[in-house]
Amino acid sequence: MDENNVPQSSDSSRRWLDQPRNVNRIVRGLYVLCALVLGLDLLDGWLNFKHDVHPEFTQWFGFYGVFGFVCCVGLVLCAKGMRKLLMRQEDYYDE
Amino acid sequence: MSSCPPGMLLILGGLLLPCLSRNFRRAGLVLLPLASGLHLYWLVADGLPDPVAMRCFDLELTLVRIDRLSLVWGTIFHIAALISAIYSWHVTDRLQQAAAPAYAGAAIAAAFAGDLLTLFVFWELTAVTSVFLVWASRTSSAFRAGLRYLIIQVGSGVLLLAGIAMLAGDQGASALVFDNLWDRFEQGTIGAWPVTLILVAFGIKAAFPFLHNWLQDSYPEATVTGTVWLSSFTTKLAIYALARGFAGADCLIWIGTVMAAFPIFFAVIENDLRRVLAYSLNNQLGFMVVGIGIGSELAINGTAAHAFAHILYKGLLFMSVGAVLFRTGTAKGSDLGALYKSMPWTCAFCIVGAASISAFPLFSGFVTKSLIVEAAADNHYDVVFLVLLFASAGVFHHSGIKIPYFAFFGHDSGHRVPEAPWNMLVAMGLTAVLCVGIGIFPGPLYRLLPYDIGLDPWHTYSLGHVITQLQLLIFSALAFTVLMRTGIYPPELRSVNLDTDWFYRRPLPAVVGLCRRGGAGLRDSVGGFAKNLLEKIGKSTHHVLGPSGLISKTWSTAEMVFWVSVLLGSSLVLYYL
Repeated sequence: MDENNVPQSSDSSRRWLDQPRNVNRIVRGLYVLCALVLGLDLLDGWLNFKHDVHPEFTQWFGFYGVFGFVCCVGLVLCAKGMRKLLMRQEDYYDE
Repeated sequence: MSSCPPGMLLILGGLLLPCLSRNFRRAGLVLLPLASGLHLYWLVADGLPDPVAMRCFDLELTLVRIDRLSLVWGTIFHIAALISAIYSWHVTDRLQQAAAPAYAGAAIAAAFAGDLLTLFVFWELTAVTSVFLVWASRTSSAFRAGLRYLIIQVGSGVLLLAGIAMLAGDQGASALVFDNLWDRFEQGTIGAWPVTLILVAFGIKAAFPFLHNWLQDSYPEATVTGTVWLSSFTTKLAIYALARGFAGADCLIWIGTVMAAFPIFFAVIENDLRRVLAYSLNNQLGFMVVGIGIGSELAINGTAAHAFAHILYKGLLFMSVGAVLFRTGTAKGSDLGALYKSMPWTCAFCIVGAASISAFPLFSGFVTKSLIVEAAADNHYDVVFLVLLFASAGVFHHSGIKIPYFAFFGHDSGHRVPEAPWNMLVAMGLTAVLCVGIGIFPGPLYRLLPYDIGLDPWHTYSLGHVITQLQLLIFSALAFTVLMRTGIYPPELRSVNLDTDWFYRRPLPAVVGLCRRGGAGLRDSVGGFAKNLLEKIGKSTHHVLGPSGLISKTWSTAEMVFWVSVLLGSSLVLYYL
């Protein structure tokens, strides 16, 4: 460990991100961003930007958003299940 | 100089560096990649040179073959060596300062090898030199991990040599030219055995599924700087070898698909952030292997471009986590958090690396990974396409969000440390500029690629692609946020997760121990019986033949005369009768 590292659990100078209110703002911003990028699909009829997106089934409304969300939730739930089977103590391999 | 393989300067320089004083060693480490890069530039300045051949034991070896495919790897290997050298400026350990450039030089020379035997020599040299970067940690766990790494890497070389020997045995030395082996196999000019052996050899180094765990086992055990060097060369050399020898091999599409998907599950639950990065490295290699399996010009260009970009952004992520490890003494997610307060520059560079690996528009991964995914869609591999999409969302989840979140944000771990050293910041800054530069101006990279297929620099920036990619990534971020805020996301715990290395770290030693104990028991029982038997024979023999035995004891002259008289008398009586 670096000799200059002095762990301090309480830092007097609180940062912007230390306030839960600001974290909530970021999360709300993310929700709005999600709504915006999903809403862009509504403009496809006008802009026709998905004509070059293949395979064709990916041109369904909201496909990428739903796919990304479902995959990530499924990934985490599967990984949590794997943990029950695979997780061991940190010194498991210590000879 | 024109017949000297590119990379040789690094190998020889690496051997020389330990003899120099500290400051010369530092300067030499940075100057060597520059000198080697200038050597390569000089070789190709007037167009691609003719191959350099050499006769050795009746074998015609092609020491140097510079073409557009090898040039992509040669170029990025030099850039990676230079950046890693700057990152390692503070290191004074002679072992690392010798091993690192020699390792980089071996990888570069291997990429320019024109025949399989030359490839084998440098292939093994990468293994032998790189293990010192693991051992340089000088801990017992690093020593053991290094031994495992060395055995597996050398094993890969042995398989390669066996394949080469079979090829040469079947068809003579002319069959050793390193071109598309898969095409030759499909045309029936070479047999299945040598091709399989060589494919497995390449597959071990490329970390194919079930052959992969040396990567996650050894890289996190290496030194802070050693991991940065390691992340750039070994696996990408294997990707080059596959692109050269197995482009269009259908089996690679499915191997790559599995490879892109499975490591992300492990990455989600892994606590050691360097090991998380090793899993995501494995996942990114999967994309490249799929591209090689598809084998079209677009797919091979995509693979080469992705390898180029990947070396940079993966190096950047390893550098940022390495800087955290250097300052705090740990890379475990459970012990880190809120380091953005202490290490803001490192945090910013990590986010650039995370955005690049996640393929955010304007970052390097977006303009390279998309070529491979597009090639899969164009060739109607819909299942492969969906798995790659899943892997793209997953890599954003565990590398794009998890690494920055648990190291630099999340709960405050209380670490108050100085920012990373200046040399680390310079190396990370340069890499970050390249990651963004490639993302915004992909033209120069596209022009470097092996095939001229008229790739427009803005090829991947169609409105549809940008919007759909943003949808995929932002909703993946939403999933992470929802799971974190609902407490469903698995917390970072001090633990290890079993992977395929479990087989050779637990059951195999147990079986060997059992055999050893069984063998020892057998030896003891059989040996004991034989020993007893021999002792009995010895005693009886001794009784008869020993110094005081019946046969050999000394008799007095009177006794002898008596017995001779008895003998003569008896024979006289017998004769008379």
